[in-house]
Amino acid sequence: MILLALILVLFLGGLAAWFSERWNPEAPRWVAVITLSIESLLVIVQYSASGRIDYLSAGMPQAWIADFQGAWIPRFGIGFHLAADGLSLLLIALTEFLGFMAVSSSWTEIRERQGFFFFNLLSCLAGTIGVFLALDLFLFFFFWELMIIPMYFLISIWGHENRIYAAIKFFIFTQVSSLLMLVAIVALVLKHHSNSGVYTFDYFDLLNTRLEPDVALWLMAGFFIAFTVKLPAVPFHTWLPDAHTQAPTGGSVILAGVMLKTGAYGLLRFVVPLFPEAAHEFAPIAMMLGTISVLYAAVMAFAQSDLKRLIAYTSVSHMGFILLGIFSWNFLALQGAVITMLAHGISAAALFMIAGALQERLHTREMERMGGLWSAIPHLSAFTLFFAMASLGLPGLGNFIGEFLVLVGAFGVNASLTVITALGLILAPVYALIIIQKAFHGPTRQYAGLRDFSRRELASFGLLVLIMVWLGIRPQAVLDISAPAIKQDIQNTQAMENG
Amino acid sequence: MIELLGWVPFLPFLGFLILAIAGERLSRRLIPWIGAGSVGISALLTALIGAQFLKGAMPPYRLALGSWMAVDNLSVPFGFYLDPLSMTMLFVVTGVGFLIHVYSAEFMESDPGYARFFAYMNLFVSAMLVLVLADNLVLLYLGWEGVGLGSYLLIGFWYEDPNNGYAARKAFVMTRAGDTSMAIGLFLLFTQLHTFDIQSVMTQATNLWTPGTVLPVAAAALLLGGAVGKSAQLPLQSWLPDAMAGPTPVSALIHAATMVTAGVYLIARTHALFMLAPSVQFAVAVIGAVTLLMAGCSALAQTDIKRILAYSTISQIGYMFLALGVGAWSAAIFHLLTHAFFKALLFLAAGAVILCFHHEHNIFRMGGLRKSMPLAFLSFMIGSAALSGLPFTSGYYSKHEILLAAFEVSPVLWTAGCLGALITGIYSFRLVFVAFFGPQHAQVEKSPGWRMSAPLLLLCILALAGAMLEIPLASVFSALAADENLHELNTVSAITVAAPFIGVLIAGLFYLTGAFSTQRLESLVWIRQIQRFFFSGWGMDAFYNILLVRPFKTIARLNKNDAVDSIYSATAFLSLMFHRLFSSLQTGQVRWYASSMVLGTIVIIAIGWLS
Repeated sequence: MILLALILVLFLGGLAAWFSERWNPEAPRWVAVITLSIESLLVIVQYSASGRIDYLSAGMPQAWIADFQGAWIPRFGIGFHLAADGLSLLLIALTEFLGFMAVSSSWTEIRERQGFFFFNLLSCLAGTIGVFLALDLFLFFFFWELMIIPMYFLISIWGHENRIYAAIKFFIFTQVSSLLMLVAIVALVLKHHSNSGVYTFDYFDLLNTRLEPDVALWLMAGFFIAFTVKLPAVPFHTWLPDAHTQAPTGGSVILAGVMLKTGAYGLLRFVVPLFPEAAHEFAPIAMMLGTISVLYAAVMAFAQSDLKRLIAYTSVSHMGFILLGIFSWNFLALQGAVITMLAHGISAAALFMIAGALQERLHTREMERMGGLWSAIPHLSAFTLFFAMASLGLPGLGNFIGEFLVLVGAFGVNASLTVITALGLILAPVYALIIIQKAFHGPTRQYAGLRDFSRRELASFGLLVLIMVWLGIRPQAVLDISAPAIKQDIQNTQAMENG
Repeated sequence: MIELLGWVPFLPFLGFLILAIAGERLSRRLIPWIGAGSVGISALLTALIGAQFLKGAMPPYRLALGSWMAVDNLSVPFGFYLDPLSMTMLFVVTGVGFLIHVYSAEFMESDPGYARFFAYMNLFVSAMLVLVLADNLVLLYLGWEGVGLGSYLLIGFWYEDPNNGYAARKAFVMTRAGDTSMAIGLFLLFTQLHTFDIQSVMTQATNLWTPGTVLPVAAAALLLGGAVGKSAQLPLQSWLPDAMAGPTPVSALIHAATMVTAGVYLIARTHALFMLAPSVQFAVAVIGAVTLLMAGCSALAQTDIKRILAYSTISQIGYMFLALGVGAWSAAIFHLLTHAFFKALLFLAAGAVILCFHHEHNIFRMGGLRKSMPLAFLSFMIGSAALSGLPFTSGYYSKHEILLAAFEVSPVLWTAGCLGALITGIYSFRLVFVAFFGPQHAQVEKSPGWRMSAPLLLLCILALAGAMLEIPLASVFSALAADENLHELNTVSAITVAAPFIGVLIAGLFYLTGAFSTQRLESLVWIRQIQRFFFSGWGMDAFYNILLVRPFKTIARLNKNDAVDSIYSATAFLSLMFHRLFSSLQTGQVRWYASSMVLGTIVIIAIGWLS
């Protein structure tokens, strides 16, 4: 039941935020904070209950922590099946936390239609959590769509100068690709029906569908494209820089921190387990796309002068590591991909919050119009330096653990691609340090009315720093949570390939 | 006492945390107490640990501080490993580090970023200590990257000048190129040997791998890439002269005594692997020999006091690489130790000159400082003597050992080393004669206080007598103890001793007595060209600019708007065109519709009739 509540609380909280605006225009953000607090309590309860059998229905594999099954459209075998394992729980925790960060960074930035803004923000989070929980493919698709529409509104209503273009671009990219996924889902279900005579959208039933190799490859491609557009990987990445630059800060935080991870999650949860042989065949191409993403996006990031665009490209570069890790499909690389998901969630969100804070103060994202900020706003500058270091993979911080494990794991699978990908480690400081140089170093200039971080901002960034360090120094806590889920996935695919 | 080993790197880190969080709000009297104090207690602790450690038979001591990550068969602990090698490094880092911190307390006193400076310095020291103590390669890599960060932050400390920022980024990115090679080496070692623990890697490699085969050669070569980057050796040396943009104590600590020797430490630490790859080990010797000559020549042509010292550092680390390459492991670490003393001394003395002399860097605008700055003069005399390897200084003993060991392996390497010693004699005493003798060009502003003088005096003593602090490293490099029992070769030995004297003599004839004139030399065109070539550091910067930096920037600039996106823009553009085309057909005029219907009918009939 908690799993259902995780989604409902956010959605109802969003509605409450919307209606509370009539009562007081400042109320919605407080409603959002309360909603997220309740939500966090639920996550903690669910986490502490992990390992207890009473949350799990009979027949669910042991790696799962909790599940919820309800009937929905029995005629077509569509059920309301939610379930959480370590991986989804970690991603949900990340979603909650970044939800707080998004609210915090929208606190003073959003002045108009606050009620509708927080409704969209919270329902976007609800959709995302649904994506992380749904184990019925139809339900999954439902949440997949539910998450996109509020984000479209966030960009198109509260975005910056070119918001309509960016919002439509975002919408078309994700819609076209998810259409491919829908076709693949339906085809998979029909295939399963013709094999067994049963209509079902349930993940566990579809896992063992026998497919001819070429059919499997085509169906896998449908899923793969949907998820790599969301991830995104080169060459499907071009919606991201536009969406990020135009989105309000809160939107960017959710987009970079959480929504990109749904793509990675989809690859890990669906693409490889549903089509193990096809994925294995396809792995060299997917890994190569990962390598290209890492390098190409790093060069692109260096070329940008718009701070948010630069950060957007660094996200693409980091997601390349995840793609490489997932298609290496061994324990090390997958655990690395999981850590990268979380660590990049924190570091990219923090960098976008910094870009948002700068835009709120300077009314520009152009780094050419910044410079010498260090002496004017030392706190903001120091935090930027910290997250720039996190982003370039400094050991001791979270991103390093992820990238390191991915590369170690991938090296055993494909040494030459790993070596080429590792060149990204040389490019990372090139783009990360140019931020510091252009915006914060250089001759001191006079900026009118520039104020350093407020207490609210200091608290948010302090938390982000602590989590980043914790991920970098004690990644074991996280690794242990995701380990059973990852092990299970690997065993399943091995069993399929052998059987 | 030895159980407290973990505090040695942790105390400076604590100092960093306090200084970073409280920042400039701390009282300016308190800042140096935290900054230098944390390193001071660390040094004291090291001394106590060292006393206990050196008394016994020195079995390696391991300290486990918990697990960092454990996935599958990969497990990386936070573990420290203390043996005579890491003990030597601990002494250098905390001891010399502490003296430099005390010196900085005065040197940086009037800087608005006083707390920031000490925060960065403490962070650096902490990372350096982790690097030398780490018992596994991943933790070593953490320290390795951490010192890179410290170096970046401190080179770019005076951030208002974009040139300093450029130098800082250049240092970070160039060393990162080496680091990446090292990281790939780590992946290779782990994939093959399934462990990151340095001692286990070494035993496993020795047991499993045949000398000279692909795996050990590749692994050693990849680690060498990392060492070359950090230690500013060919071909990744050109960041170090620019790194002089940082405050002078930084150059003394990071770019002379500690960080740049990390590569030497790495190779010494993994020497068993290099012995399995004789070709790579020979490459180390060749890199060292070539680098020491190239950098020595470049030092001859510089006029900036700090750049002379920077090139001399590259050259001296070249000697250490030469020693490593010929298997004289102890001699390499011995030279690392003595070099830390005399080069820190030279840099700090140079800092005193710069601070008291209107922030002047050009030695030709100094002159005659002998009388007005006696302590700096004394420091430079002792430091330069040790740098050149004149007898009875610490540098003599270490360099002599290296050169004799090189002769055992190859007379060519020995010749390069002796030639390098001669050049060292010339450039170091050229500096002394030009800056401290002759007529004085300007007045000295002030004289250094006790916090700058005391470290200088102590380092003078160490530069002279530091050779007595040599820690026996035979237990670390046990397999090779026999090789280092050198035969005294009289002629060879005599030439080795004489080389630097000839250098000093040449410098004296040119710059002290004026018996020869440099102007006469410079009137020759080809001499001037060579001088310019040496001055530019053998054109390495231009080479990298043309080969890498400019193409990279050009590609990035040309593709700023992302060529991939044009595919999608083209699709959008085409659909827009079709949209316009079709909507323009919807005119609402009946005659248009009627005529197009007629036209269509005719076309269909025509098709039917023709087919």
